[in-house]
Amino acid sequence: MTPVGFSVRAAIAGLAACAAAGAARASEVVNVYTNREPGQYSATLDTFTKATGIKVNAIFSEQGLAERIAAEGDKSPADVLITVDIGRLQQAIDLGVAQPIGSEAINDAVPRNLHDAGDLWTALSMRARTIYTSKERVSDTALTYEGLADPKWKGKVCTRSFQHPYNTALTAAMVVKHGEAKTKTWLEGLKANLAKKPSGGDRDVAKDIAAGVCDIGLGNSYYIGLMTNGKNPEQKAWAAAVRPVLPSFEGGGTQVNISGAVIAKNAPNRANAVRLIEYMVSAEAQEVFADVNYEYPVRAGVAVNPLIASFGQLKPDPMKLSDVARARKRASELVDEVGFDR
Amino acid sequence: MISLAPLLAAALVAAPLLSLVASASLGGSDALAALAASVLPDALRQTVLLLLGVAVFAGSMGTVTAWLVTAFRYPGSRALAWLLPLPMAVPTYVTALVYVELLDAAGPVRSGLRQAFGRGVADVWFPEIRSLPGCVLLLSFVLYPYIFVAVRASFLAREPSILAAARTLGCRPWTLFRRIALPLARPALAAGTALALLEALNDIGASEYLGVRTLTVSAYTAWLERGDFTGAAQIACAALALVALLLLAEAALRDRSGYSGSAAATGLTEPAELTGWRGAAAGVACGLPVLVGFVVPALFLVREVIRRELIANAGPDFTRHLATTILLAAAATVLVVLWAIPIALAARRGRGRITRLLGFVAGLGYAVPGTVLVLGLLGPLIGVDRLLGGVVTAVSGRETGLLLMGSGGALVVGYAIRFLRIGIGGLSAQLAQTPSEIESVARTLGARPLALARRIQLPLLRPALGAAALLVFVDCLKELPATLLLRPLNVETLATLVYGASSRGLFEEGALAALLIVVAGLGPVTWLTVSSRPRTAPARRPAPRAALQAALREPSSATLKSASV
Repeated sequence: MTPVGFSVRAAIAGLAACAAAGAARASEVVNVYTNREPGQYSATLDTFTKATGIKVNAIFSEQGLAERIAAEGDKSPADVLITVDIGRLQQAIDLGVAQPIGSEAINDAVPRNLHDAGDLWTALSMRARTIYTSKERVSDTALTYEGLADPKWKGKVCTRSFQHPYNTALTAAMVVKHGEAKTKTWLEGLKANLAKKPSGGDRDVAKDIAAGVCDIGLGNSYYIGLMTNGKNPEQKAWAAAVRPVLPSFEGGGTQVNISGAVIAKNAPNRANAVRLIEYMVSAEAQEVFADVNYEYPVRAGVAVNPLIASFGQLKPDPMKLSDVARARKRASELVDEVGFDR
Repeated sequence: MISLAPLLAAALVAAPLLSLVASASLGGSDALAALAASVLPDALRQTVLLLLGVAVFAGSMGTVTAWLVTAFRYPGSRALAWLLPLPMAVPTYVTALVYVELLDAAGPVRSGLRQAFGRGVADVWFPEIRSLPGCVLLLSFVLYPYIFVAVRASFLAREPSILAAARTLGCRPWTLFRRIALPLARPALAAGTALALLEALNDIGASEYLGVRTLTVSAYTAWLERGDFTGAAQIACAALALVALLLLAEAALRDRSGYSGSAAATGLTEPAELTGWRGAAAGVACGLPVLVGFVVPALFLVREVIRRELIANAGPDFTRHLATTILLAAAATVLVVLWAIPIALAARRGRGRITRLLGFVAGLGYAVPGTVLVLGLLGPLIGVDRLLGGVVTAVSGRETGLLLMGSGGALVVGYAIRFLRIGIGGLSAQLAQTPSEIESVARTLGARPLALARRIQLPLLRPALGAAALLVFVDCLKELPATLLLRPLNVETLATLVYGASSRGLFEEGALAALLIVVAGLGPVTWLTVSSRPRTAPARRPAPRAALQAALREPSSATLKSASV
């Protein structure tokens, strides 16, 4: 046998041994691909492992993970894909990487509007798209999303890029509510009101309001909790300068987005995947989502964190999330058409 | 057998590119018209302005500082020659994050100005860092070393012969620079600028964070935010067209130079002394880029590491991630070198266009935006992985998962494909500096290709191997898009730790990882500088300098020339 032939055989034998070792452990793990930084819910994952003995393996990237599952096909190690936006969930489903969850416990825990009619995804938590206002300079407490385009805010609005999923989802919701033409006008009006080019993240909106660059801006509800009770003294000051308002659509409610999960089509540890999602919608984990992440729980009967509750009673707009997901592509194109981020 | 290496590399790089072009043309003219009416013109304009800006700022900064530390002596000039390349060790996304912290409206600088002088100075007068000009400046301060290193190597190589003659003929320093040194350095300037611009074009982290919507950022949005692969492909093709233009421009600038063979150093004339305000001005001009590009970001990271007690809180996981990072980068470096040797040798041996073209395509991985390349690579890599799994199953009878993806092997291959060009370019340039008669003689004496490679060519390549390997290693440490999407479960590198922290909105918590990336990059950057320092005694063979030039000055010459033949 040639040396090359020998080393190839040795390598194959080695790989086979690795694969066998992997297979032997397979029953006690669940593999999570997540668009959501796992540090944000590591407490939930830790308690899950403690309670069940199932080890959670994770890989995080904000983009591209659904594409990876699709490319990996029937060999994919992915069991669960966790995302932070209804559009991302829909994209995963469009790529064909999801399978029905099939859990009574999840059906019972999660309200119908937060759970796919075809059982392909479920929400794990909710977040509201709020308007941060300056405590110093803004007294209005009843705001609408449409009103952000009112010329009275000229030069006073800050936001992150409108191609970010949080804003694309808001724009898509606007399309569902009012149609494309009106949404385009709204985007143009909002753009005309901007104090600065869209950039940074939602925390930067609070930062800019604190610094006096703008008076109002768009931000997710939970950042106020994270900044107020986080380790960063500067961020505490930003949050303290801001009064978050739960806005509504004209004649509707507040725009709510979700973090959610799908079970991967070829999940090698399907049973563990179901157990993980069941755990994540259990009362225990939902309390963690509410009190550590400052999100709105999806399970009825779990209390919202007092700080978040102080924004007022959340009245989600009744529109269907699947409609929002469908309008997302068009919304993203509209954002480009008006040159919003330019 | 040797030409298998370029074929495999070219195929792996070409697969995503071809699928890109195919998808772009599938979209037809309607989709293109829609893009042309919305995002394309502005993205193109922003990208072109960004590239022009970086070319002007980084180009002049790199060239002027290189001249000032090479042709003159003044207090600090030796240290500055050593310090000026350091910003190269700082990833662009880290520089962007640091300067936004410092310079945006709520940062310490503007807050201080606001308290001292009121809102007029701090908010109206003060320029916004999150803007196209801000992005141009920040990228320039990170990328100018590519030009500095290339141009300085060229100055060092030319100075003895031609510059000394000009000086004896009464040429004054400024005239000398303008009329002699700069024209001579033009190929080096072109090569360095091309590298810097490719980096700027590939950048997503800094541009997106600074609110600049380049072609790359727009393609990314179309693909990942609205699942519009066709639109993304069309935008990416526009970016590729820019890359092609850039490479052609570089080749044109290089080919018009008739002096490239004159690098034989015979000795060094003394640099001119600068005293008084002239010396001070030169010191400030060279100190500023170091301050902005390296000292401030590094000190910021150090401050955060201390303030947040990040070392005490690091824990065993951090050590594991550090080890993983180094292991992956080292494996990729070895692979790049092993892969680049046969490609460079094949390109030299084969006079045929096809061999050369393959080498060129194999090097394109460096010129394509990382995420685009990686998403395109998922298919081919996993295809290879499945084949491998099939073989293992056939041999051992056991079912397997994805072995390459699961072991990090796919990630190492991904790194190698992204950075292969650094290896190919460095080695080809080194080979180009040795007369091909050596091999002709060896062949006449009966050496077979393998013996020729082992006994003649590999020893010739050794100086370039080290330099190319170090550059690849540093680039792998910083690499983000391939790492995010190709890594196995539970694997973190320093770069993904920084990404994770900034994704949580707490970039400062990633300061230790960011600082370690910088520190790890310092060694190689410094080694390059030290090895290119002029010797007092004439070296028998200018090996380290040749290696440096090979790696930085000439990274694309061989491949480019081959493409334009």
